[in-house]
Parts: sequence; C-alpha cells; structure tokens
Amino acid sequence: MGEVIVITSGKGGVGKTTTTANLGVALAQLGLKTCLVDADIGLRNLDVVLGLENRIVYDLVDVVEGFCRLRQALIRDKRLDGLSLLPAAQTKDKTAVTPEQMREVTEELRQEFDYILVDSPAGIEQGFKNAIAGAERALIVATPEVASVRDADRIIGLLEAAEIPPARLIVNRLRPGMVRKGDMMSVDDIVDILAIDLIGVVPEDEQIVVTTNRGEPAALSHDSRAGESYRAIARRIRGDEVPFAEMDEPAGFFSRLRRIFGQA
Amino acid sequence: MLNLFGRSQSRDVAKNRLRNVLAHDRADTSPEFMEHLRNDVMRIVSEYVEVGGQGVDLQLQSVEDHVALVANIPVKQLRRRGRQGNN
Repeated sequence: MGEVIVITSGKGGVGKTTTTANLGVALAQLGLKTCLVDADIGLRNLDVVLGLENRIVYDLVDVVEGFCRLRQALIRDKRLDGLSLLPAAQTKDKTAVTPEQMREVTEELRQEFDYILVDSPAGIEQGFKNAIAGAERALIVATPEVASVRDADRIIGLLEAAEIPPARLIVNRLRPGMVRKGDMMSVDDIVDILAIDLIGVVPEDEQIVVTTNRGEPAALSHDSRAGESYRAIARRIRGDEVPFAEMDEPAGFFSRLRRIFGQA
Repeated sequence: MLNLFGRSQSRDVAKNRLRNVLAHDRADTSPEFMEHLRNDVMRIVSEYVEVGGQGVDLQLQSVEDHVALVANIPVKQLRRRGRQGNN
C-alpha cells in the first residue's frame, strides 16, 4: 500500500509545482513507483513543468465524473520508469471535485503506487481541502520571506485541524550568500518560528528556470544543485537518514578568499 | 545586529515582523486559544484576589516592535492569604 503525501504552501509562487515534479522524479529514480496528482483544477501546471503537456487525454475530473477509468487518465513518463501523472482539468473549476471523490481517487492509486504526491493549489479554499483530503502526510514549501512563512504557519494550523500528522518543511530558494550578509532569514530562523521539522533545503538555482523551460525537471540531470537537494529530500521521504549539507555558495575564488580571512 | 550604517539587518527585521504577525494570526485563528488563556489566567489570579465579576479584558496587543499580553482584571478585594496561605 502506497502513501499519499500532499505538497502545499498557502502562498502561491513559492515552488510547490516545481517541488512536486522534482520529488516525483527523484523518488522514481530510487525505484519507487510514484504518481503525481495535479489538484489545481482550472490552473493545470504540473503537466508543463514535467514536459508531459502533449500527452494528456483524460484528466482528474474525467475520472471522478466517470468518463474514463483512472488507469486511462494516467500518463506514464517515458524518460523514467515508475513515474506517472494524473493531470488536473484545465476547463473546469475547483468545485468539479469534492474531498470525498479525491479521497477515493488517492485510495485507488495507493493500490498501485508506492508514493502519491498531490500538488495542492495555493490558498486555503476548496482546492486546498481537496488536495489534503486523502493525505497521510504533508510537506510544506516556504521561501525565506515574511509572507511565505506567515502563510505556511496558517497552513500548519489547518493541517493540524484536519488531523494530518505533523507536516515537514521544505525551505525553497534559499540564497546562502544573502543569509550570511544578514539580508535573508536562515533555515534555522524559519524552523524556529514555525516549530516544525525540516525535511530539506533547496537553494536558489538558475537551472530550475532552464529545466522548467525545457520541461525536464532538474532532478533528471546530475548537474544542478537544486536537483541534488530534491534527491536528498526523496531519500528522507523514503525514511533514509541523509545528513543536511552545509548550504554554502559554490567554492569560488572569492568565497574561498573570504573563508581564509575568516569572513565567510 | 546593526550593519555599517547603523540600520538593523533586514534578516532580523523580517524575523521580528514575522513573530509579531504570527502572534496575532495564531490567536485569531483559534478563538479557543484566547479562551483557554483567559480561563487559566483567571483561575490562578482568583487564588490571590477576588475578581470583580464581569469586565475581564485580556488581549494581545502590538506595542512598537513586540507583542504584549495585556490584561485588565477588576479586583473586588485581595484575599488575606495567598495561595500558599503563608503571606
């Protein structure tokens, strides 16, 4: 029996969909059968981030309305064995699916997959309620900004109220250089304020823009720092003890110089 | 921490603003929170003083850069003995 994990944040634009796509890739690379579910009905995105937008025939709403069987709506990723996508509908709105229907869909997926990652829409309305309906675990994505951390705190409260076990935090788009200069909150600052466990830190990485342009998630290649972070998170999801890497700037000339002079 | 120009670092400013805003959010999002706090405070306080019925006011307020728990509790009279009975 697989496990259903919702990826959520409250605030939009912090990287939920990119995180979902990359964790899916990283879990599949570990040989775990993984299904990604786009719960953002009406604003379908996960398909383009994964580069699977041309292969959609049926979607989540078709499944719950009985136009097709679940299996027919799943898109298998040809680049990576074990990764599938259940796309959202683009033309319907959030009321097209109820939390109860969502629970049934994820329950059916649990029979076949090791992990089901549900990409939640932003906000705390029905779309969010659908996304968490079948979830047994939650990952919260937050960037080191006041608005994002504030919204994450609200989401933590709502997940507690929904009796989903304590969520774990992914700090996204961290810029270690700015943290060192005192111009960005550190991972510790955020963990301290939110009082939840950390599961990973993803540094700001231009490769994310490039790989998203191409529809090839960064975790597919081995030359991206963000991709490396996603692979570490995937292993922690599986239950491995993976030490947290020191989040540091690449050891360029100046940073080495700074370190020598004790200013790093 | 202050930077070269004597301004506090934006990291610390962000942290303080967050703490402040979350103190309010957390109290707002669960009305039970303030209710529990009020009940517990009243339970302890009434061991020392006789509280004057209605009009107990307990709230979180923003004071400049921090949050304060402000209580206004009407007192009928002090109890002769505190809770330990020895003062």
